[in-house]
Amino acid sequence: MPPEGQRGPGSPIEFRLDAASGVPTYLQLVQQVEHALRLGYLKPGDQLPKVRDVVASLAINPNTVLKAYRELETKGLAAGRPGQGTFIEATLSQVALPELATLHRSLLGWLASADVAGLDEDGIVALFSSALRDFFDRRGGHRDSRGGASAGTEGVA
Amino acid sequence: MNVIETSGLGKRYHQTWALRECTLAIPAGHVAALVGPNGAGKTTLLNLAVGLATPTAGVVTVLGGLPAGSPAALDGIAFVAQDAPLYKNLSVADMLHLTGNLNRRFDHGYAQERLADLGIPLKRKAGKLSGGQQAQLALTLALGRRPRLLVLDEPLANLDPLARHDFMAMVLAAAAEDGMSVVLSSHVLTELERVADYLILVSGGRVQVADEVDGLLARHRVLTGPAAEADRIAQRLSVVHARRAEAQAHLLVRTSGPADPVPPGWEAHRVSVEELVLAYLREPGAAALPGPARTQQAQPTEVSR
Repeated sequence: MPPEGQRGPGSPIEFRLDAASGVPTYLQLVQQVEHALRLGYLKPGDQLPKVRDVVASLAINPNTVLKAYRELETKGLAAGRPGQGTFIEATLSQVALPELATLHRSLLGWLASADVAGLDEDGIVALFSSALRDFFDRRGGHRDSRGGASAGTEGVA
Repeated sequence: MNVIETSGLGKRYHQTWALRECTLAIPAGHVAALVGPNGAGKTTLLNLAVGLATPTAGVVTVLGGLPAGSPAALDGIAFVAQDAPLYKNLSVADMLHLTGNLNRRFDHGYAQERLADLGIPLKRKAGKLSGGQQAQLALTLALGRRPRLLVLDEPLANLDPLARHDFMAMVLAAAAEDGMSVVLSSHVLTELERVADYLILVSGGRVQVADEVDGLLARHRVLTGPAAEADRIAQRLSVVHARRAEAQAHLLVRTSGPADPVPPGWEAHRVSVEELVLAYLREPGAAALPGPARTQQAQPTEVSR
């Protein structure tokens, strides 16, 4: 049987695809790397999964993986090393893991009070997104300084 | 380089044209999907390209201008026909031996390594393998020839979901490793979005769409808005397919790119490959041509007869 889930040493992460998300495949890969960087699964010097391995495990077009890795290089997050693969260059997790855990806990507390107040999941998401937008609008700038999804059109001179 | 290039290509069986006035160019380095309804001419086009049939009209060349079916062309192309035909009474080892002897080039080491990875026993008769394994054996024999172009006719039609996944994974991994180009016909639309980066849509024996998937998706979108304004929009934008209710209309339109302004009061949505293909198949008169630069002659202007 083809190798699945037993690829030996290599990358600390493995990609998965969400066919129902509507997000283009290459962007899903980019976002998963960014997510892994933020959560500390990936750090500078780590290798990204080899193109061939990604292709073989997800059955996706090789050019899709190459496009995702090019995008990560353009963002300055990764760099290709000829004959070896693509490696993480920078980090996105601005906060250390213990602090992340503290923030996570206080967010859970907030979620519990929202739940008590009678908000359902969609209501919480809507409220959180709108507060997030307000916060960054007031700070006047992008949500993501690396040129990902920008917070909105206004406030960007 | 174009891996397949046709100009005015046609094939007639008795009184019926299976394919006509087919002009297209599929560039190298892609996994190209050939899509269309049953009887659209997909198999005919592939058979002409690999040299199993001769054209009634027009020209077909492969791998940068080699005449289809010529010895040089055959050396560079591997073809797996529908239902992965094998000699059911031969053992896997005998199939390897036979394929090795029938071709000028065959990489036994590569083929045996693949079969070991797949856990396919060499002593087993081909006919005793599972459907998925038979497809994988046929694919291994094709890849063992180390082709520059792999042509697959409906490779997924009779496979279960797991076998489909493993089969495509093997094809795509070979493409990633060796830079092999792939042309495959399929009507399993849902899987195409992940697999193919070039799309050729054939219907009624004619080419309707031929272009890179990314570009096609960027240049099409669905506009949703008031049905009363749909006609006005259709005058300004090129509508491929429209779905209207009394109040609301969905228009799949072709634009000049993602930066194209959205009409006020309308919402724009991304299209999926499946949505795009279905829209064109429902409107046989619509066409998104031309494809890439062609080396043989000028591009066709119209698809209408």
